[in-house]
Amino acid sequence: MAMDAAGLHARLREKFGDVVGPLEGSGRNASATVAPARIAEVGEFLKTDPALRFDCLSNLSGVDYPKQGHIQIVYHLFSYLHRHAFVLRVNAPRDNPQVATVSSVWSHADWQEREAFDLLGVTFEGHPDLRRILMPEDWPGHPLRKDFVEPESYHGIPTSRESLLKA
Amino acid sequence: MSLAGFEVEVQRSKDDGGVVTEDMTLSMGPQHPSTHGVLRFVIRADGEVMKEAIPDIGYLHRSIEKIAEKVGWHGFLPYTDRVDYVAAMFCNHGWSLASEQLAGIEVPKRGEYCRVIADELCRIHSHLLGVGSMAMDIGAFTPFTHAIREREYLNDLFEELCGARLTFHYMRIGGVGWDLPAGWIDKLSHFLDRFEPLIDEYDRLISFNKIFVERLANVAPITAEEAIDYNLAGPNLRGSGVRYDVRKDEPYSVYPELEFDVPIGTGEKGTVGDCFDRYIVRMREMRESCRILRQCVVQIPDGPVIAKVPRNLKPPAGDVYVRLESARGDMGWYVVSDGTAFPHRCKIRTGSFSAISIVPKISRNLMIADLIAVIASLDLVAPEIDR
Amino acid sequence: MSLINTAPEMALTTRVDDLLNWTRKSSLWYMMFGLACCAIEMMQTGGPRADLERFGMAPRATPRVSDVIIVSGTLTLKMALRTKLLYDQMPEPKYAISMGSCANCGGLFQLAYSVCDGVDRVIPVDVYVPGCPPRPEALTEGLIKLQEKIAQERWLVRKAEPVGVRA
Repeated sequence: MAMDAAGLHARLREKFGDVVGPLEGSGRNASATVAPARIAEVGEFLKTDPALRFDCLSNLSGVDYPKQGHIQIVYHLFSYLHRHAFVLRVNAPRDNPQVATVSSVWSHADWQEREAFDLLGVTFEGHPDLRRILMPEDWPGHPLRKDFVEPESYHGIPTSRESLLKA
Repeated sequence: MSLAGFEVEVQRSKDDGGVVTEDMTLSMGPQHPSTHGVLRFVIRADGEVMKEAIPDIGYLHRSIEKIAEKVGWHGFLPYTDRVDYVAAMFCNHGWSLASEQLAGIEVPKRGEYCRVIADELCRIHSHLLGVGSMAMDIGAFTPFTHAIREREYLNDLFEELCGARLTFHYMRIGGVGWDLPAGWIDKLSHFLDRFEPLIDEYDRLISFNKIFVERLANVAPITAEEAIDYNLAGPNLRGSGVRYDVRKDEPYSVYPELEFDVPIGTGEKGTVGDCFDRYIVRMREMRESCRILRQCVVQIPDGPVIAKVPRNLKPPAGDVYVRLESARGDMGWYVVSDGTAFPHRCKIRTGSFSAISIVPKISRNLMIADLIAVIASLDLVAPEIDR
Repeated sequence: MSLINTAPEMALTTRVDDLLNWTRKSSLWYMMFGLACCAIEMMQTGGPRADLERFGMAPRATPRVSDVIIVSGTLTLKMALRTKLLYDQMPEPKYAISMGSCANCGGLFQLAYSVCDGVDRVIPVDVYVPGCPPRPEALTEGLIKLQEKIAQERWLVRKAEPVGVRA
């Protein structure tokens, strides 16, 4: 019942063809890249197909790769029914990162995508309620980007403190 | 403060007697004696019955994930304590596991046993606080003082082991910081001899108390499908009947050599997956932790406790997703390395973040006091949610 | 006509002040403002071993009835605005204890973008208790220091002339 990474990847390729990239890595960390606009369909297939049944989105992380010029969203999927796992990656261009939402497939993605939006600025198309979740509503910028510059003060409170060790 | 983003539709209705009623919008928090840390709920209620309870988080967002990119591999360990300060050993363990997998370091056997002993003691530490605060939130103050009293004995053990009572920083990449002190194993055995009958005392005191059961049974039941869909973990997931424990199903460290059961919720007082199930799973897990500790005390081998790890650690480029069974469930650490002395990205997947995302769904048509019971039964801690 | 700070410093009037200060310092009710890790240590300090109730201190949930606010834990910028609001809601005479490194100066989170470096940015602090987190004995010592500070206050007696005023 639990399929290995090669089998999972083969099944994905069989259904989606070139939308799914080649298999990278092995074991629990085996992953494949998916086009940003098609991730919702791929997710829906992964959840509903009887042999795959990935009923749980364990983790959704956004990683900023300024050198490669893209922001990567990594989806860690797990199946409680079959007890197998897989990883999907989506690369969105850094200047206008837009990815299809998977919140209609896995309910937990709702909040995880809000966090990715808040901290990295990735827009998820079709998300029911995309607004900031961790930072205050009027915070400027997206903090986890590598080129984020801290504001000098926020509502009159300075954000840095001079060292107490100065003579 | 503004209710921006929380514009809830206030409904006015006309009763038969010509009385016009309106919903109330209340803001519960961020300072509130029983939200477990700084959480805020915007509640739209019709009298005492809630229509909606929307969480507002981010009041304890300390940007721990960004700090990982600034302080380096070894330097991040004290920050991991603060990710979940109630169960700090697990966070240390998670970061160490991820770094070791990236760098290809193997931990010596005694080090692994020290880790498991620290982990299971920390699980008892965390569950005591979770269960004690739950009782206090329901209204029973005495079990809370019992829990705090027992935690003091645990704090003594921890203090002797690693010098700290709360934010331990005991584990290092490659093992643990210090070996078990002389005579500590005997003190641990004495503690277990003292503590195991106290779990029964706790059960007699509160677990099956009629009022306690009435407050918790049949309140906010979560089905197994919902629990998996919302990515609940740990006692929250097991309370809904899903038998999954990372220690058994994807074991790490020396858990394959240890024997223990995984308690799940069976709806013994109400529906499967209600607040009482989640509570009783935690009580039973404490018993299982005592069992594991007794085995570790007997089986721990001699040897070094830490491997040789370079001071200036530079794991090869790559990423890894590591899972371990924390007190609040399956904690995931996604760590990306770019080959330098500083991590590229660290994302922490915590049980409390998923648990709070299900609160709006399960708290419809509950009373405001039941919301407190729900928050307590999900064992939310704010630092895990906000990181 | 107000009697506050009008009497000369005599044996009788200082005794009145001592009595007032003694009653007030022996019954300080603190607002539970547990933000982060230090909150757990504050709970342990209120527990059976290092008992705070023997000093007359009781935890209160609302600022309207509390004398002391023990800011225990990291103050984020999002929370700092609310802290000012809560402190303003406390009735005079009120005191603030800053517990732990994060509340004193930002602690180890000075590197963070979202943390307010110290609670004295928003409210005036009477006693700083260092530690990460401070032991119950340390917090108890901080409270005793606050009690000593309260013991020196002047209510009936005229306020002392400031000696060596700092510019």
